Amino acid sequence: MPQIRLDNLVKRYGAVQVLHGIELDMAENEFTVLVGPSGCGKSTTLRMIAGLETVSDGEIYIDGRPVKDLDPKDRGLAMVFQDYALYPHMDVASNISFALRLQKRPRAEIDAKVREVAELVGLSDFLARKPGALSGGQRQRVAMARALAKDSEIFLFDEPLSNLDAKLRGQMRAELAIMRQRVQKNMIYVTHDQIEAMTLADRIVVMNGGYIQQQGTPEELFKRPANKFVAGFLGSPPMNFLGATLVREDDMLMAQGAAFKVAIPADTAARLPTSQTSVILGVRPSDLNYNSEAPDAEAFDLRVKVSEYVGAQSVLLCECGSTDITVELKSETPIALGETLRFALRPEGIHLFDPKTEMAL
Amino acid sequence: MTSQRLNKLTPYMFMAPAAIIMAVALLYPLGYMIYGSFRDWNPSQTIGESEFVGFKNYITLFYDPAFRESLSVTLTFAFAVVTAELVIGVGLALLLDRNIRGMSVLRTLFILPMMIAPVVVGLMWRYMYHPTVGTFNRWLKSWGFEGVDWLGQHALLSVIIADIWQWTPFIFILSLAALQSLPRSALEAARIDGATAWQQIWYIKLPLMMPVLIVTALLRLIDAFKVLEVILVMTEGGPGLSTEIVALRISRTATEFRELGTAAAMSNYLLILLLVLTLAMFAITRLQEARAARLARQIQEEG
Ligand SMILES: Nc1ncnc2c1ncn2[C@@H]1O[C@H](COP(=O)(O)OP(=O)(O)OP(=O)(O)O)[C@@H](O)[C@H]1O
Ligand SMILES: [Mg+2]
Repeated sequence: MPQIRLDNLVKRYGAVQVLHGIELDMAENEFTVLVGPSGCGKSTTLRMIAGLETVSDGEIYIDGRPVKDLDPKDRGLAMVFQDYALYPHMDVASNISFALRLQKRPRAEIDAKVREVAELVGLSDFLARKPGALSGGQRQRVAMARALAKDSEIFLFDEPLSNLDAKLRGQMRAELAIMRQRVQKNMIYVTHDQIEAMTLADRIVVMNGGYIQQQGTPEELFKRPANKFVAGFLGSPPMNFLGATLVREDDMLMAQGAAFKVAIPADTAARLPTSQTSVILGVRPSDLNYNSEAPDAEAFDLRVKVSEYVGAQSVLLCECGSTDITVELKSETPIALGETLRFALRPEGIHLFDPKTEMAL
Repeated sequence: MTSQRLNKLTPYMFMAPAAIIMAVALLYPLGYMIYGSFRDWNPSQTIGESEFVGFKNYITLFYDPAFRESLSVTLTFAFAVVTAELVIGVGLALLLDRNIRGMSVLRTLFILPMMIAPVVVGLMWRYMYHPTVGTFNRWLKSWGFEGVDWLGQHALLSVIIADIWQWTPFIFILSLAALQSLPRSALEAARIDGATAWQQIWYIKLPLMMPVLIVTALLRLIDAFKVLEVILVMTEGGPGLSTEIVALRISRTATEFRELGTAAAMSNYLLILLLVLTLAMFAITRLQEARAARLARQIQEEG
């Protein structure tokens, strides 16, 4: 039941530095999700933990033991690869049992283990098939079963669902969440899909450009993003950002932009440094509700440019002065393109960022 | 003739020139050889003047100890060189399949022998094997050993070594290509599963390279049965019949013994042998294709 600690982890390829001092502590049995845009260094971090990439600087501790110079096989971990990495010439049973056979475990024990994990992932009928004769979802299960069979304490996943179609991905995601409850292990999961990150993680680590931007529970990150990048990365449709200046009116702090002026809640206002004159106002579409009666200081007037029908909800792209804002609206609401609608802003939905540092205020 | 019929014939009209050239250049000599193999035929005669003898040439050859000897030399030579070349070539490929600086230069150097004309290779090795002034014996003597009678007592071994030197690179580059197209992530998975370098080679790399290795080995085997120049230049088949491979015996039967019919029959024996090998090769590729197709169908049926 190990803890994993990354201590100032650095990776360089020649002169290019792709990881800039990653500091990360993972508690026992924690499901950690590394998430970030393509090329941000998620896979590199994971592969360094696995021992497939060398560490340029820093150290990796598993249970307090430095492992940077150990072979992958001596780190006691199992990994599921994006392309599944099955052994094409072995049937499913041999794929699952490969690690155990290398360990020269007794025949009966191996057979029992193969049956057990095949049952767990629903592969019992396919044990004699070669990977080439399996569908994508089935291959994915074999990869999962192979990792489970090893009884490792640490599981690494590198975008295990990204090669599946949307429907199967949703199904496998649910199965993974169920498996997660049954198998209490340390899991580190790399993805660029924020839904996977939000639904599976105990702790999300958002990375960008080789730096950790923020880490915490999904709720923490969603409600209190540390900076504009995290705020914009998590949540769908993404958060709207509007430039605004701060003005004081009758003891109320207001954020004023080209075509809006909204009140900032007192507790948020109290936190702001007095020198702050301009901010970036961040508002999630889900915090804007269609309400023609809303008071001026808590509302945006938006002109509808495009309406995207996605089922019960429609996503509207609207104009607010010169910037665009996305909002969500129940599809049955009768609206016309070009119409100006009033949206009420939930006071908790106001996020302020410094325009220069982009840090949350 | 309707235009539809004409349309159907068009492709054949375009193919006709190639087909005619094939027939003239390939089938005619082949037919000529088969026809000749049933005749008692002397180079001073035209083929029409020669006498038809039925299977006499084939039967005589079958019981001819010299031909049998020559056949066994050929088989020994072919299987020995292919086995050795496979082991060394695949071994080198496994060793050099890594990204170290200068590796591409090294790889290029390794395949140089293959690019040298066989006659030159023969001459080179004949010189190196020379009992007194040859490179090998001079080295041996300078280190205080006895010289070795390379092209005398150990003639077959010596020509085998020369062939290995020339043709190992062929297996090496094909194995290297096969190795580099192996799925990287499967090898990484094996490392995580706990496979040592040897176990990775034995359980993952070699099995995955096997289809390429089988075809490569068959190609080399077919080639080794027909080798002529190197041995002709190095030993001329001697001493005695010790290095007289079938190709060499055919050329001697035709030129020295002036028995064109027998030579043709011998060629046909060799041809049959090669045909069997080639068919084996096709059969293996077809089997692999059929298996792949069956798998694809299986997946499709499941939707
Ligand atoms: N062998 C290499 N040589 C040089 N640069 C590399 C090498 N491997 C990766 N990189 C660089 O390192 C950075 C991080 O790559 P990494 O694979 O970790 O990204 P990622 O976050 O996993 O992205 P994705 O979501 O696309 O998989 C990228 O900018 C990539 O170009
Ligand atoms: Mg990646």
